[in-house]
Amino acid sequence: MSKVGTIARRSFLIGSAAVIGGTVFGIYKYKQPHPNPLLAELPDGASAITPYVRVDAQGVTLITARAEMGQGVHTTLAALLAEELDVAWEEIQVEHGAPGEAYYNRSLAEEGVPFGPLDHGVLAQSMRGTMGVLSKFMGLQVTGGSSSVPDAFEKLRSAGAAARFALVAAAAQRLGVPASELKTHNGTVSAPNGTKLTYVELATDAAKIDLPQSPKLKDRKDWRYLGKAMPRVDMVGKCTGTAIFGIDVRQDQMLFATVRLNPAIDAALSSFDAKPAMSMRGVFKVVEIPGGIGVIANNTWRAFQAAQAVNCVWTAPVYRQTTAALVDAIAASFNKKHQDSQLKNDGNVEEALAGGKALAVEYRVPFLAHATMEPMNAVAWLRDGRLDIWTGTQSPTAARDQAAKLAGLDPSQVHVHTMLMGGGFGRRLESDYVLQAVRMAMAVKGRPVKLTWRREEDMTQDQYRPAAIGRLRGLAQQGVVKALDVSVACPSVLESQGSRLGLSIPGPDKLIVDGTYDQPYGIANYRATGYRTPSILPISSWRSVGNSYNGFFMESFMDELALQAGADPMQLRLSLINDAPSRKVLETVSEMSGWGRPLSAGKGRGVAYHLAFGAPTAEVIDISMTADGIKIDKVYVVTDVGIALDPRNIEAQLQSAVIFGLSAAIFGEITFNNGAVEQTNFHQFEALRMLQAPAIDVQVLEGGGQIRGVGETGTPPAAPALANAIFSLTGKRYRELPLHKHARFV
Amino acid sequence: MKLTVNGTTHEVDVEPEMPLLWVLRDELNLRGTKFGCGMALCGACTVHVGGVALRSCVTPVSAVQGPVTTIEGLGSPQALHVVQAAWISHQVAQCGYCQSGQIMSAAALLDQNNAPTDADIDAAMSGNLCRCGAYPRIRAAIHDAAKRMQGGRV
Repeated sequence: MSKVGTIARRSFLIGSAAVIGGTVFGIYKYKQPHPNPLLAELPDGASAITPYVRVDAQGVTLITARAEMGQGVHTTLAALLAEELDVAWEEIQVEHGAPGEAYYNRSLAEEGVPFGPLDHGVLAQSMRGTMGVLSKFMGLQVTGGSSSVPDAFEKLRSAGAAARFALVAAAAQRLGVPASELKTHNGTVSAPNGTKLTYVELATDAAKIDLPQSPKLKDRKDWRYLGKAMPRVDMVGKCTGTAIFGIDVRQDQMLFATVRLNPAIDAALSSFDAKPAMSMRGVFKVVEIPGGIGVIANNTWRAFQAAQAVNCVWTAPVYRQTTAALVDAIAASFNKKHQDSQLKNDGNVEEALAGGKALAVEYRVPFLAHATMEPMNAVAWLRDGRLDIWTGTQSPTAARDQAAKLAGLDPSQVHVHTMLMGGGFGRRLESDYVLQAVRMAMAVKGRPVKLTWRREEDMTQDQYRPAAIGRLRGLAQQGVVKALDVSVACPSVLESQGSRLGLSIPGPDKLIVDGTYDQPYGIANYRATGYRTPSILPISSWRSVGNSYNGFFMESFMDELALQAGADPMQLRLSLINDAPSRKVLETVSEMSGWGRPLSAGKGRGVAYHLAFGAPTAEVIDISMTADGIKIDKVYVVTDVGIALDPRNIEAQLQSAVIFGLSAAIFGEITFNNGAVEQTNFHQFEALRMLQAPAIDVQVLEGGGQIRGVGETGTPPAAPALANAIFSLTGKRYRELPLHKHARFV
Repeated sequence: MKLTVNGTTHEVDVEPEMPLLWVLRDELNLRGTKFGCGMALCGACTVHVGGVALRSCVTPVSAVQGPVTTIEGLGSPQALHVVQAAWISHQVAQCGYCQSGQIMSAAALLDQNNAPTDADIDAAMSGNLCRCGAYPRIRAAIHDAAKRMQGGRV
């Protein structure tokens, strides 16, 4: 492990007696542990051994810093802790912790550097190290980027091992027996003479023990929970209607609110007349907020009705008003002035392309909504100089800080309670809805208010996945790809997100080109260039971010090159890839899907490979032509996650990512007119349903060594594998999504 | 007006046009039934009225004739309904937000047809959207629940 890694690893092992430093800055600061956020609110008789474990009369609780939005992270994090702490699975509880800088996400920031995840060169490693330190300074606490498990893999096992060490040491002191003679099992320490002490009994004493900085971790062969399919900790609640999502939070005396914003994104409210709404039953207040109004009532539906009854006069749109005008801005940014990055430029692409009849094609993808099942919502309660917020958020520290600023409070006076999320997909990295709830709470000081967006607001006031254009050129001759030149233009997600946080993020935005420059294709003349379209709309992360469109561009084009080369698409990819785990992924999917067997009439088959978040993934899609249109019969998915902690959950994540990617590929499109989004609900923004959902076979490999997150990696190959399958079925190459505009589907 | 939910009769004082969903969630504090779209497009709000699956987000409370069963009334963590038990065995839920509605739709289907084919499942379940794409496991869990019902076990 690198030096930075060692130091950073130590820094999270903070003891319960850790005190806040604060006078030493600079290079030493990152060695200084952040304050343990558990200490501030600990009841008497409880102790927090590390920021991740609480042992009290209720038993052992994992305080998780990562939010559960469906990816099963609470279960896998619990398994990491329980494995080393040695507690029974049924007895470990999981709670979402208060936001705290100690929960910074190093893994996410590390992958934010402009190097591919397989690039282990000196510069790449040192940049990753620097970014890890930076993220600690910034105290980023984010759930995203498929980073939770890689981030936690060592931290949580170490936390469990350190806590176990302290509990055993406390038992040794109490019993007067050397620690080496004590054993632990399922939350109990036992001595050779049969005396047993529970962790709960030992917790207070354990807090006084100095923690080891590098506790010894179990060998993999001794794992009890890790590597096995564990029952999800949130499953029973979610199947019985007893799980509490953000939208379900209820407080005494709570009011119910909604908002209605100018349909033209970011445009203002000119004036409004609340009278018709105020006379409606149960309406408490109509308040002006940036861009619109909020209505506070005694029932959500009454707030919905009243919000529609307010007469609002809107100001004119502030952005380009139509889809065509927005996309024109993207198309117009393929030039030197807007060049943002060129992270790959091997060989001499121009010379190589001039050596034959080069392909030159353009691909386009539209804007997309996140469309989580649970509409945006938050409960806020402002009283006595304290602001409490209950909400589903992927970035609680950012939400806390922005809310504090808005309410004129110190961040320490703002308490964010992160709730279960009915889907995230990147949408809940944003805090717009949280701040609106805070405004409602400020308008009714002293009473809690729950803000719920109508689906129509959710769909038309999203921060969208940007539209993007890829221009690809290439040349293949006699079965060999001679050159690949990929140019991508789109607005910068990082710039848009940063602007909302008041941050200016320097340097190129690697999100624009993720999935182009970093693919392990051994092509002698290979160039990847990113063009940044000046800000045209608020945009944000969407499951797999830049990979979501670059995967479609690259892997569709790879099939076009295979055609020109006269090569089988699978064989062409295998001939170009020398990364061993990636080759294995392709070979496995080929075998699983019976790639070599001839296709019968009316059938099509396509393959796509993509490397994102360090996990190479390949998919084969089988389709057939039916009287009702194209039917997706089967999807085969193979990925390499390095170490598979919970195979059943990984299978679910990959199936999910495939269906998410196929939904966007077939149906997903957000369009604009008069500056407003034209799709208002699920009838206009469809997604795959039961009758369209294919069977999906998954295999998970562990050849890559380093552990990888799996929430996003299955999405990028879905669209190109489908487009390639359609080409094999119909001979038609579709270079623009969504595909339902070109072909009919079941 | 009177409304019987999960065996308990409530007196509710609301506008007749208020959708059943919001009576359940905001007036009776039964929050297992979810709001997704407000237009009967996603199925997250599915409940049973007189044993029939209905989208509560578009059903005016005054139109409700018969006893209402919500996810809380179908079964509980201590006493699971056969469909909930199958859901848990197959570890169906991801974000879980749509699952109350999925389970209510599946329970209504199995009530009518205890050996549904894949086509029957497609027809009964395609009104229930799942953005996590848990469909393969939902399908498997329905087949499993059907077998459990035929075998008389939970």
